[in-house]
Amino acid sequence: MSLTRHDVENIARLARLALTPADMASLSDSLPRILTFVEQLGAAQTAAVEPMAHPLEGQSQRLRSDTVTETDAHERYQQNAARVEAGLYLVPKVIE
Amino acid sequence: MHTLTLAELSNGIKSRRFSSVDVTRHFLDRIERLNPALNAFITVTADQALAQAAAADQAIAAGKGGPLTGVPIAHKDIFCTDGVLTTCASKMLSNFVSPYDATVVRKLKEAGVVMLGKTNMDEFAMGSSNETSWYGPVKNPWDLTRVPGGSSGGSAAAVAARIAPAATGTDTGGSIRQPAALTALTGVKPTYGRVSRYGMIAYASSLDQGGVLTLNAEDAALLLTAMSGFDERDSTSVDLPVPDYTATLNQPLKGLKVGILKEFFGQGLEASTESLVREALKVYEQLGATLVEVSLPNLPLSVPTYYVVAPAECSSNLSRFDGVRFGYSCDSPKDLLDLYTRSRGEGFGAEVKRRIMTGTYVLSAGYYDAYYIKAQKVRQLISDDFRRAFAQVDLLAGPTAPTTAFGLGAKVDDPITMYLNDIYTIGANLAGLPALSLPCGFSDGLPVGLQLIGPHFAEAKLLNAAHQYQQQTEWHKRVPAGYES
Repeated sequence: MSLTRHDVENIARLARLALTPADMASLSDSLPRILTFVEQLGAAQTAAVEPMAHPLEGQSQRLRSDTVTETDAHERYQQNAARVEAGLYLVPKVIE
Repeated sequence: MHTLTLAELSNGIKSRRFSSVDVTRHFLDRIERLNPALNAFITVTADQALAQAAAADQAIAAGKGGPLTGVPIAHKDIFCTDGVLTTCASKMLSNFVSPYDATVVRKLKEAGVVMLGKTNMDEFAMGSSNETSWYGPVKNPWDLTRVPGGSSGGSAAAVAARIAPAATGTDTGGSIRQPAALTALTGVKPTYGRVSRYGMIAYASSLDQGGVLTLNAEDAALLLTAMSGFDERDSTSVDLPVPDYTATLNQPLKGLKVGILKEFFGQGLEASTESLVREALKVYEQLGATLVEVSLPNLPLSVPTYYVVAPAECSSNLSRFDGVRFGYSCDSPKDLLDLYTRSRGEGFGAEVKRRIMTGTYVLSAGYYDAYYIKAQKVRQLISDDFRRAFAQVDLLAGPTAPTTAFGLGAKVDDPITMYLNDIYTIGANLAGLPALSLPCGFSDGLPVGLQLIGPHFAEAKLLNAAHQYQQQTEWHKRVPAGYES
């Protein structure tokens, strides 16, 4: 398993990660080794096996009724945001 | 006082031999004195702890206390705590004050438990040595040049050093059991769905489970009885009644069938660890258990399976960190993409980035079937192996970790060597099974752990088996040198 510099950059773009040159060097070395390591899964006979959906058999995702249960706490939550104005989260301009 | 178990502290407080404030102050003093060398805590909540302790003393004076009223514990810094810094040991959350309590925290608070503070851990619980923390590595109280294990390394070091009587942890691939083994503690990972994940910062959601690190099985039983149970805020929480785990600790083990996991005694297992684990199994025979060898042929694939499934889930879970709503945000972003990529690039540490990248790759178009679907199929095979084994035996046994605690820095440069450290613990996470580690001896002064794995919801049986062993042995009572007084 080998990855080109372009491959690593492409994964970083998908993952929305800005990488430093040190990150690039480290990941270019370790990612191919990890992928080679996990490729031993290829030897397992899985033709007749369904991919596991849940650790407990027979469990399915529970749904709740579509009713309001939470009270408004946006002021409290926004105390953890870097940039807030008039109750809104600020981000750099998206539309010119 | 600090060598007393949680059960003993609780009895002492209830019988008014000492107050919760006395106990809390004693542990806070120890934290102040001993934590600098260990780095086990990220945040100490002294004022809040003393206020909770005073309230507990009042409740007891009014005749209202329960089995945990007034006993102090520490929480792994992965659990959200209302109004208290909750970092997950990451620069990304180094400024995050949680606006709510995790269900585990809330339940223990309601039971009258006092919180001493928040413990150090591997960043976002990704690590097996507590060396990926943005707050620096934790030291093992049995040897300060060695790691305490991870990711719940701060919780393990704190309890082993008797600067906290017990602590919560989380276990995604062994993060409770492996540090418990490396520090001579009892560490329990319950069945998937038994303990609510609400407010427990997500790493790999189909594997993550909260649990405890304690001095013995009885303390674990006390805490788990209070922590477990259905929570409508966790969609994978299981709606089954929670037994009182302390009620069955004294059941005799006569007739118990214990499967010795053949795959856990092969290459890579340190000889001294193997002989101590085999000695421990003899104790089970003396207690009336029958030992049979059991083979789980797909188990050796658990580490590669995990290193596809866990990074995949991690890359998805950690996409919430965008520099906008909470957490680290980069300076002067030039556009939205720059805000996302630099906040994440600057906020996450090297191992977290590595797992996000691995996960992004295995989920990307063209590779999803070959890696992710394949791993989920092998996960099913491993789970089927366990199910077949539990048709024959009540519990499975083997070592928790292949070696004793390794030196700080020894494995940080090689992720695969580090990943293989969890070779015996990951299987239980993949299959959602309850498992625990308990101390079974020392090799060159370093603790060794015995692992027991049970079928789904067999926590009571596991704790019973651990407690019975601890009635015959004294390993769990040893205190590391320098921490006795």
